Amino acid sequence: MKYLDEYRDPQLARTLVARIKEESSRPWVMMEVCGGQTHTIVRQGIGEALSGSVEMIHGPGCPVCVTPLEQIDRALHLASRPEVIFTSFGDMLRVPGSECDLQQIRARGGEVRVVYSPLDALELARNNPDREVVFFAVGFETTAPANAMAVWRARELGVENFSVLVSHVTVPPAMVAILESPDNRVQAFLAAGHVCTVMGWTEYLPLAERYRVPIVVTGFEPLDILEGILMAVRQLESGRYEVENQYVRSVTRQGNLPAQDLVSRVFHLVDRQWRGIGMIPSSGLGLREPFAAHDAERKFALEGITADEPSVCRAGDVLRGRIKPNECGAFGKACTPERPLGAPMVSSEGACAAYYNFKRFPAPDPRAADVAAARAL
Amino acid sequence: MSGKALAVGPACPVPAQDVERVQLGHGSGGKLSRQLLRDRFLPRFSNPALDLLGDGAVLPATGSSRLAMSTDTFVVRPLEFPGGNIGTLAVHGTLNDVAMMGARPMALSAGFVLEEGLPLDLLDRILDAMAEAARQAGVDLVAGDTKVVERGKADGLYISTTGLGLIADGFTPSPQAAEVGDVVLVSGPIGCHGVTILATRGDIGFEVETESDTASLHPLVERLRKSCGDAVHVLRDPTRGGVASALNEIAEASDIGVELDGIEKAVPAPVQGACEMLGLDPLYVANEGILVAFIAASAADQALAVLQGHPLGREARIIGRAVDRHPGMVVARTGLGGTRIVDLLPGAQLPRIC
Repeated sequence: MKYLDEYRDPQLARTLVARIKEESSRPWVMMEVCGGQTHTIVRQGIGEALSGSVEMIHGPGCPVCVTPLEQIDRALHLASRPEVIFTSFGDMLRVPGSECDLQQIRARGGEVRVVYSPLDALELARNNPDREVVFFAVGFETTAPANAMAVWRARELGVENFSVLVSHVTVPPAMVAILESPDNRVQAFLAAGHVCTVMGWTEYLPLAERYRVPIVVTGFEPLDILEGILMAVRQLESGRYEVENQYVRSVTRQGNLPAQDLVSRVFHLVDRQWRGIGMIPSSGLGLREPFAAHDAERKFALEGITADEPSVCRAGDVLRGRIKPNECGAFGKACTPERPLGAPMVSSEGACAAYYNFKRFPAPDPRAADVAAARAL
Repeated sequence: MSGKALAVGPACPVPAQDVERVQLGHGSGGKLSRQLLRDRFLPRFSNPALDLLGDGAVLPATGSSRLAMSTDTFVVRPLEFPGGNIGTLAVHGTLNDVAMMGARPMALSAGFVLEEGLPLDLLDRILDAMAEAARQAGVDLVAGDTKVVERGKADGLYISTTGLGLIADGFTPSPQAAEVGDVVLVSGPIGCHGVTILATRGDIGFEVETESDTASLHPLVERLRKSCGDAVHVLRDPTRGGVASALNEIAEASDIGVELDGIEKAVPAPVQGACEMLGLDPLYVANEGILVAFIAASAADQALAVLQGHPLGREARIIGRAVDRHPGMVVARTGLGGTRIVDLLPGAQLPRIC
C-alpha cells in the first residue's frame, strides 16, 4: 500500500539493523517516548533484532496509560448519570477504574459512546439538547488541538450541554521527570513524531542541551524507528547531544502554528497527576477560565472523587522504564488484557499489552531463527 | 518475581470485575465470547455433536450418510451495504457454516424478528436478496417464522437461519483434524466485509472503496473435495473475530501451532488503509466470503490451483503452516524475522458487524 509499504520494507529494515549494530561500539539505552512507537517496536520484533547493541526502554507516551485512576473514576461517575451521554475514544472504554470500567457502566445502562473525533461529540450535543454530552479529553499535544477546537466551537455556538473531562498531558515535562529520576538509565530519546507535528521541535533544544541527551524526532513505521535509532546511535558514538528530525515528512521546526495558537487560547498549563508516575508540575493542560462552562469537573463538581492506585501493579516502574512489563509479578497472571490491573495492559499502545500480545511466546529456537533468516535473505 | 506480588486474593486492590451483565464484547468472537459459551451454554447443552464446536454439527443419518446442521443469527447494522444486505448474509453465513463441515447445503429455515415501523419496501429488498442468494446456492427456504416487536426493540429486523446439508462419503474436514506440516490457505482477500460495514455506518468519517465479500462458499469446498479429498483437513469461514480468531480456534482444537508468513499480502490496500486509520488489525475483521483451509502439504499446490481457478478464489494464497511448536498458539513472522503472537482478542474490536 502506497505511503506505508515504503516504510516497512524488510530488506531496508535489515540493512538498518546491521548498520546500527556495526556502529554501536557498546550497548546504548534509549527510550521511545510514544506508545505508537512501542507498538511498532514490539510488533516488529525490533528490540530482539537490536539486542546487544541498543536496549529500548518503553516510555510514558500512551495517553490511556498515564490517565490517573482518579480521572477514570470521575469518568465512570459521569457515565453513570442518567442525564449524561459520555463520549470517549474507544481505548478508554476498557481502562479499569476503582470498581469497574466504562463498558460495564454501559452494560448497566449508562450511555457511553465511542467517537472518533471530539467534534462528533459536539454534534451529538447539538442533536440532543435535553442531554448532557461529556467528552473524555485525553491525550498528549497530538489530540489537544482537536479537543480545543471542540470546546472553542461549543462556546462559539453556545452549546451549553457540551463539556469535556480534561486529562491532557504534555511530553517535555515527562522527559524531564525521567531524566531527573536518580535511577535514570536513558541515554537518548526518540521523541514522538506526531506530538512534534503539532508542536515542532524547538522546545526540546533546552532539554538536549541541559541534560546532554540526544533527542531524535521519530516516526512510527519500522523504518522510521530504525532510522531514528541509527541517528541517535551516531550522536551517542560521536558525543553529540542535539535535536534531530528523522520524521521530516511530517514534522517542521515550528510545527503547526494555528493548532498551537488554538491550544494556547483554550488551555493553560496545570499540574497533572500521571498514573504510575505521580504529580508532575506544569505537565498537563486545563481549560482556561473563559471556557469554564464547558469544564465537566466544575460543571458536575467532581473534585470530591479521588482514588489510589493498586499496589500490586507496577505500571509506574514500567512507565519509568525501570522494569520491562514481563518483569512485573502480576504480568500475564493477575493482570491480562481481559482483566487488566493497570492501564498499560489496556491500550494496544500500552507497553504491557504490547508485550502480552506479541512477546509472551518465547523466542523461537536458534535453529528456527537461522532458517527464517536464511529464507528472508 | 516475589511470590508476594502474586498474592491477589481477598486483599486485591482492584475488586473482581463485574461479570453480571452481558457486554458488547461478549459478541465479539474473542475471549469473552468463548467464555460466555464455555461457562454458560456448553455445560447445559453438552453432547458429542455440539462439543466439537465446529461451524456446524455432524449428525448420523440413514446408512453411512451423515447430515450437517448449523444455525446463525444476523443483527448487522446497517441492514444494507455495498455487496449485499442482511438477507444475503443470513443465507450465505449459515450455508457456509454447513459447507465448512464438508456438506452440500440442502435446505434452509429462517426466523425473522421485525420491528414495528420497518418499511415494507426495505423488507422486500432484503427478501429478494435472500431468495436470490438461496437460488444461486441451489437451496430452498423450507420453513420460516415471523414475529413483530414494538418500535425501538430491534434494529429494523433480525434474522436467524438454520441450514441443513448432506455430507459426501469420506470427506470429513473438522477443526480437530489439522496436522503438523499442513499448509494454511485463505481463499481470498481479508477484511472486506467488516471494513465495508464500518464505512457504511458512516461513523468513521471517510469513505472506503470496498464491498462486502458475502458469497456462498460451497463451490470452493466442492472443488477442494473433488481434487484433494482427504488431504483437506480443516475448513473454516472466518466471520466474526476474523482470520485470527478462526486460526486460534483451530490451533487449540487440533493442538498444533500455526505459523503465519506473509499474511499481510492477503489484506487489500483499502482494507489496510482503513484499518491503519482506525487502529484496527485486519486479521480480526469479519469476512463473509472467504474460507481458511488446512491442507496436507502434498496437496497444497493442487488446492491452491483449484481455488484460483474459481472466481471466488482467484486471490487464494498460502498464509502459513501448522507446526509442532507452541501448540494452541498462532504466531506471525515479522519483516525482521522475529515473531509476534496473534492471540484471540479479549473483547470487542468492532461491535456487531455480522
